Amino acid sequence: MSLLKVTNLTKSFGGVSAIRDLSFTIEAGTIHSIIGPNGAGKTTLFNLITGVYTPSSGSVRFDDREIGGVEPHKLAALGMNRTFQNLQIFHNMSAVENVMVGAHLHVQKGLAHSLLRLPSLVRSEVETRKHCWELMDFVGLGQYRDAEASAMSYGALKRLEIARALAAKPKLLLLDEPAAGLNDTETREVDEVIKRIAGQGVTVVLVEHDMKMVMGISDHILVLDYGAKLAEGTPAEIRSNPDVIAAYLGNVG
Amino acid sequence: MLESTIQFILAGLTSGAIYALVGLGFTIIYNASHVINFAQGEFIVIGGMSTVALVAAGLPLPVAIVLATLVTMVVGLALARFAIQPAKDADVVALIIITIGASIFLRGIVQVVFGKDIHSLPHFSGETPLNLMGATLMPQSLWVMGISAALILVMAWFFNATLAGKAMLATAYNALAARLMGVDTKWVLLSAFALSALLGAVGGIVVTPITFVSYESGIMLGLKGFSAAVLGGLGNGIGAVAGGLILGVVEAMSAGYISSAYKDAIAFIIILVVLVARPNGLFGKKGIDRV
Amino acid sequence: MSAFLQRHRGLLILAACIVLLPLAVQNDYHYDVLINAGLNAIVVVGLNLLIGYAGQISLGHAAFFGLGAYASAILTTTYGWHSLAAMGAGMAGVGVLAYVVARPILRLKGHYLAMATLGIGIIISIVLNTEAHITGGPDGMSAAPFSVFGYTFQSEKSWYWLVGGCLLAAVWLSSNLIDSPIGRALRALHGAEVGARVVGIDTTHYKVLIFVISAIFASFAGSLFAHHTPTVTPSILGFIKSVEFVVMAVFGGMASVMGSVVGAVIMTLLPNLLASIEDYEPIILGAIMMGTMIFMPKGLVPTIAKMLRRKEAP
Ligand SMILES: Nc1ncnc2c1ncn2[C@@H]1O[C@H](COP(=O)(O)OP(=O)(O)OP(=O)(O)O)[C@@H](O)[C@H]1O
Ligand SMILES: [Mg+2]
Repeated sequence: MSLLKVTNLTKSFGGVSAIRDLSFTIEAGTIHSIIGPNGAGKTTLFNLITGVYTPSSGSVRFDDREIGGVEPHKLAALGMNRTFQNLQIFHNMSAVENVMVGAHLHVQKGLAHSLLRLPSLVRSEVETRKHCWELMDFVGLGQYRDAEASAMSYGALKRLEIARALAAKPKLLLLDEPAAGLNDTETREVDEVIKRIAGQGVTVVLVEHDMKMVMGISDHILVLDYGAKLAEGTPAEIRSNPDVIAAYLGNVG
Repeated sequence: MLESTIQFILAGLTSGAIYALVGLGFTIIYNASHVINFAQGEFIVIGGMSTVALVAAGLPLPVAIVLATLVTMVVGLALARFAIQPAKDADVVALIIITIGASIFLRGIVQVVFGKDIHSLPHFSGETPLNLMGATLMPQSLWVMGISAALILVMAWFFNATLAGKAMLATAYNALAARLMGVDTKWVLLSAFALSALLGAVGGIVVTPITFVSYESGIMLGLKGFSAAVLGGLGNGIGAVAGGLILGVVEAMSAGYISSAYKDAIAFIIILVVLVARPNGLFGKKGIDRV
Repeated sequence: MSAFLQRHRGLLILAACIVLLPLAVQNDYHYDVLINAGLNAIVVVGLNLLIGYAGQISLGHAAFFGLGAYASAILTTTYGWHSLAAMGAGMAGVGVLAYVVARPILRLKGHYLAMATLGIGIIISIVLNTEAHITGGPDGMSAAPFSVFGYTFQSEKSWYWLVGGCLLAAVWLSSNLIDSPIGRALRALHGAEVGARVVGIDTTHYKVLIFVISAIFASFAGSLFAHHTPTVTPSILGFIKSVEFVVMAVFGGMASVMGSVVGAVIMTLLPNLLASIEDYEPIILGAIMMGTMIFMPKGLVPTIAKMLRRKEAP
């Protein structure tokens, strides 16, 4: 059984279809990349899968459950999480608090506990903070332990979103252009981080324009063009697919 | 039965016309700056009060009206220049506080300058009621509806047929793009305040003979105008006019048939129901968060 | 212990101020002003959880204050209830009402939410004004004296200590809440709502929760107010009063518990200081509102705290 199964998915905004009649599956335990030119509908697809948008038609099944139109926080509880191309950082909080928000599903959060700051809450908070610091180390943000999110660089914030998503302990992690705007060193670090995440058994869906990274890391690639599937296959198959070369890779070089 | 219904509708359209003007004023400013100007009601009061004072000082009514309108527009410009422009990038809550602050400030000034008394103006063309299918109508109501309709038409023409109006609409749609096209968005903000001050002042002047005016009357009128704009869908001029008329008629009907004490409450209940069913107003477009 | 000091520095400073202030107080009138300042502060501390932390405006919170006040006044006189029972019933009733209205309206955003909360406030105030056979209408009504476990609060001094203690409790509870997973959820949905939803936060639930909590704070303060003031009149729950609460929160500092207290105290004292130039009071109040937002949009306490931090840092 596949972890995610998308069937005949369509999303239109007014008259424009950003995703049209798209079907594909994602197997558990793989790194699955989605590529395509700007405006191909990659982010829209993420928004549909994670419940930010409601599909116009078609179905999305996660863990064999229909999830089209289910609210995002419920999907997070089912084990799905993501990062954003346009950052969704909580700039009004510290870096580690951002990650702790990601752990929300798993912490002590009773109202009375919180108001009275009962010992069990204090214990849970101490543990959560420690765990979140470890996650920050894991994505290479060890030096930002005490930083405010508003004081961090763009590249650091991209990784902070990864740490935040990991704190929710997802089965399926969707990364929307994690390397965009990063320099070469940072890109290599992110590449490493993704491999390590996958190594822990998390299924990763990656949207990325950096072809070197995509080709090196992916088990499977889906190519979108104008919201529809152009091609699908292993990196080797994609690299030699004439349609893809014509429509996409050709332009990039 | 029919007569009383007509009577209520006429009364409703009279106050609704004023709500429509105030609502349109909200809309124009909102489009130019995404600011909700809670001081909108004060424009009505300043327009009405200044006319009263100028007439009392011996000026003929038409001259007083023109001068009072100009005074109000200057106040509107000052508000835009000294309170709104410096805080252009503040968030919604901050801007709400600024314009509420401005309304309290202006109310304070009106109270100091004109006192706390309730004032009125003579009816423009006598107080002999007209008869309309058994219902009576004061000629002043016709003035209110006629002048409001004329102003609304002029505004529609201005925004759809003149370059300046189109530039203002373009700014509402996409401020950055408008700026790139060479529109001076500072000028747009100032014009928007001047225009909605004009709408408020004229509305205030024509309605003063019927409803009277005091330094406090701006609060409720401002809220009603805001309600009209929200009811129609913020940013939608036609929506604001429709919202104002609907609000006026609903109020008059509830006052007539249900309870006059509860007429304002009923108006607000209807707005709540509309908002719950249509979170962006009757004619507003549905928006989705883009991420 | 030092961790406690660190965490609750603001609370301790506030406690010290409350203990020391009576040294400067000369008469009952001063106490009366301070008691009202404290009651306003309780409302504003709660309101700031909603506005400052969760980023949701309410222009109708005076209605919850007023409902609490009327619940206490009506239940302790007409129905002869014990003051604590009346207060509890008021808080429960306001909590339920806030929950019922919050679910639909907190879907609204920005100005639409401002409109909806304003409307609810006005509706409640019209009802209380009109149902004169229950509420006394515009003339208002009085509550029975406030008594707890057989002790009746009569003197201004006893009220001062009561309100001071309640304010400290409100500040303590709010600070705890902010620094808990619930508080983080509130700040997160303010910072980036979609981001918060996607990482697992039921934002609607938390918006409703904090709306209800802040309404209950207001109701609590309203009940105390009813017992302390000679007469409860509808003017305490109008639109203007709601605006005053928001202004206190914003002036003192949004997303700052201590800012709420400072804002409430200053804005309550101000009209008394300006009493001699009463006619100019609205002008000055309006100018302060505009000036604060233009020149220190973060409010008094956060702005000063930032200046101090900059001075401390090398
Ligand atoms: N909320 C929305 N409303 C209207 N149109 C939208 C919305 N979201 C996306 N679109 C449109 O859908 C199309 C696909 O956009 P999308 O952001 O999914 O592309 P993308 O593949 O992620 O591009 P990029 O590589 O630039 O990130 C675009 O034409 C975009 O303008
Ligand atoms: Mg994208």
